[in-house]
Amino acid sequence: MRNRSLLILTAVVTTGALTLTACGSRDDDNKKSDSGKKTTVIIGVDAPLTGSLSALGQGIKNSVDLAAKTANKTNAVPGVEFKIEALDDQAIPASGQANATKLVGNKDVIGVVGPLNSGVAQSMQGEFDKANLTQVSPANTNPSLSQGDNWGKGEKKRTFKTYFRTATTDVIQGKFAAQYLYNDAKKKKVYVVDDKQTYGAGLAAIFAEEFKRLGGAVAGTDHVTVKETDFSSTADKVKSSGADSVYFGGQYPEAGLLADQIKKTGAKIPTMGGDGIYDPAFISASGESNEGDLATSVGFPVEKLETAKKFITDYAAGGYKDPYAAYGGYSYDAGWAIIEAVKAVVAANDGKLPEDARAKVTEAMSKVTFDGVTGKVSFDEFGDTTNKQLTVYSVKGGKWTDVKSETFKD
Amino acid sequence: MNELPQQLANGLALGALYGLIAIGYTMVYGIVQLINFAHGEIFMIGGFGALTTYIGLPSGISLFVAIPLMIIGGAIASVGVAVLAERFAYRPLRGAPRLAPLITAIGLSIVLQQLVWGWYPDAKKARSFPEFTGESFKILDNLIIQRADAFVLVLAPLCMLALGLFVSKSRNGRAMQATAQDPDTAKLMGINTDRIIVMAFAIGAAFAAIAAVVYGLDKGQIQFEMGFILGLKAFTAAVLGGIGNIYGAMVGGVVLGLAEALSIAYIEEIPGMQQLGGGAWANVWAFVLLIVVLLVRPQGLLGERVADRA
Repeated sequence: MRNRSLLILTAVVTTGALTLTACGSRDDDNKKSDSGKKTTVIIGVDAPLTGSLSALGQGIKNSVDLAAKTANKTNAVPGVEFKIEALDDQAIPASGQANATKLVGNKDVIGVVGPLNSGVAQSMQGEFDKANLTQVSPANTNPSLSQGDNWGKGEKKRTFKTYFRTATTDVIQGKFAAQYLYNDAKKKKVYVVDDKQTYGAGLAAIFAEEFKRLGGAVAGTDHVTVKETDFSSTADKVKSSGADSVYFGGQYPEAGLLADQIKKTGAKIPTMGGDGIYDPAFISASGESNEGDLATSVGFPVEKLETAKKFITDYAAGGYKDPYAAYGGYSYDAGWAIIEAVKAVVAANDGKLPEDARAKVTEAMSKVTFDGVTGKVSFDEFGDTTNKQLTVYSVKGGKWTDVKSETFKD
Repeated sequence: MNELPQQLANGLALGALYGLIAIGYTMVYGIVQLINFAHGEIFMIGGFGALTTYIGLPSGISLFVAIPLMIIGGAIASVGVAVLAERFAYRPLRGAPRLAPLITAIGLSIVLQQLVWGWYPDAKKARSFPEFTGESFKILDNLIIQRADAFVLVLAPLCMLALGLFVSKSRNGRAMQATAQDPDTAKLMGINTDRIIVMAFAIGAAFAAIAAVVYGLDKGQIQFEMGFILGLKAFTAAVLGGIGNIYGAMVGGVVLGLAEALSIAYIEEIPGMQQLGGGAWANVWAFVLLIVVLLVRPQGLLGERVADRA
């Protein structure tokens, strides 16, 4: 009997230990204080560092890390040493909230970059607002995060004074996609599918409305469940509806499978999506050719921007294991916006970090303006970026290739 | 209604996949009354084992040569893990209250997932899997069967037939039945019940590996997380068909697959039900069906009413 309980205990402890090592944070203990007399300012990072969206999350983390290291090297804010603390939200809202609480609890954290997912952001905003802690998301595109739930009815109201973002919203992205598909790609009958998440459902609805306004028809709508993999019944519905294109609101794991399964039914029609599907994994994960599938993403392609050359070289020199992915440039700019705000606050306080640094930084954020990796970075009265550049990408020869970049005009 | 044949085919193919995985739940439950929640991960490991085998094969090899080898490679991986799990996680708990092995199974499932996530190269994202090339089979104007679907629709009944023959005719199979009926008496009759239990785990794992290869060929990718939802569905299929009955697992799988496909396609065409149709509600309807079946036949479609063992 004794032997048995010992075994149970071992099993439980091993299980726990293995789980913890596998998904534990790896940046918790980099607080070795070698900064001399410098004040340490921590920029928190929250992103999915594990799980199916980790490719994007790691890119965000590394890019913010690069911003912090660059600031330290160039002594951007005299007397201040920047560090990052990266937490993993696994794209789960509850984890995001727990991470937000943890970051709020660390008094050295003056600003936070993240998260990736709009749904996660919803659960974090309140925590940061209470603590007056600035949050800059490099990737959230859901409009209600900054403009309130009634933005669609024309009642825009800023909900959280601490929330900023460097990515443009789905209002712009969805309309931009509809205009491209209708005017440039000459598609008239679209089938709309979403994944029922904050980001996907919101984007798909905005897209559908604009597509109908332009004169196109919506052949049908359906929803898929995240993490499911068999969409063949939905694919056959798409085929029998006679649609000439599909719009998917959601992320690449489901999008890759859906686009693939639609093509396998014999319907040779393109699938289009938002920045959530603009990832190499969308193409590599599905064997069937994705040739001609489309995605919009925020901003101009980083590789083509004059302003991003230094970022790309520095990132390569930084020796990061994962690529900067879709949001690298925006993450760097988000981190740098916080650094700029800290700089303004420190300069206004005789070169020292004030006691109420968090509140001061939040105040300073709305006035931040600088030339970043992705162009001019500044925030409007809702905390949204004033940068409305968007790009349509198409799969050509197994790679995302940009086909149209434009600054959106309503 | 012209898409009905196509949707039936989709449902059958999906159901056959559920059925292949459900065998593992049902065999283990039938013999040791353990719900092996780590079985979804055994399935996933079968997939990664098959992928490893494929990568090891010379490139350009014909799929018809590669597939049997991949199934063998996948089965070695999944059976190995299942046997180790039985030996080190479940056997020590065999006399313990039933909740203990159940929780162990859930823990094991998390551990296996994280191990693959952490140690298999590039497993953090979906890994691409070889696919059939060439045209799908056009049976009717409104019925196109993809090669991978055709493969599972042929393979699953063959596997079931082989398993049925094994259980009813072979010496080991009859020992298995005896152990399921009464382990203590079986032991007194000279049956090595420990070996029989390991065998049940191994057969379930081998079927899971076959399912994983089928899944990979169909979807063109495998993911470290894929065992969770599919495992849950397969478990549902096993319960629906009558847990403990191997034919029940396949019947339950097919019924579940058809229910999902048809509810996605047709519920929304019923007047007034438009909001309750489509892919978003497929799981809801599948479970409504499960509840209805269990209300009418608590033992499942093909399950036998057995007195609860002490």
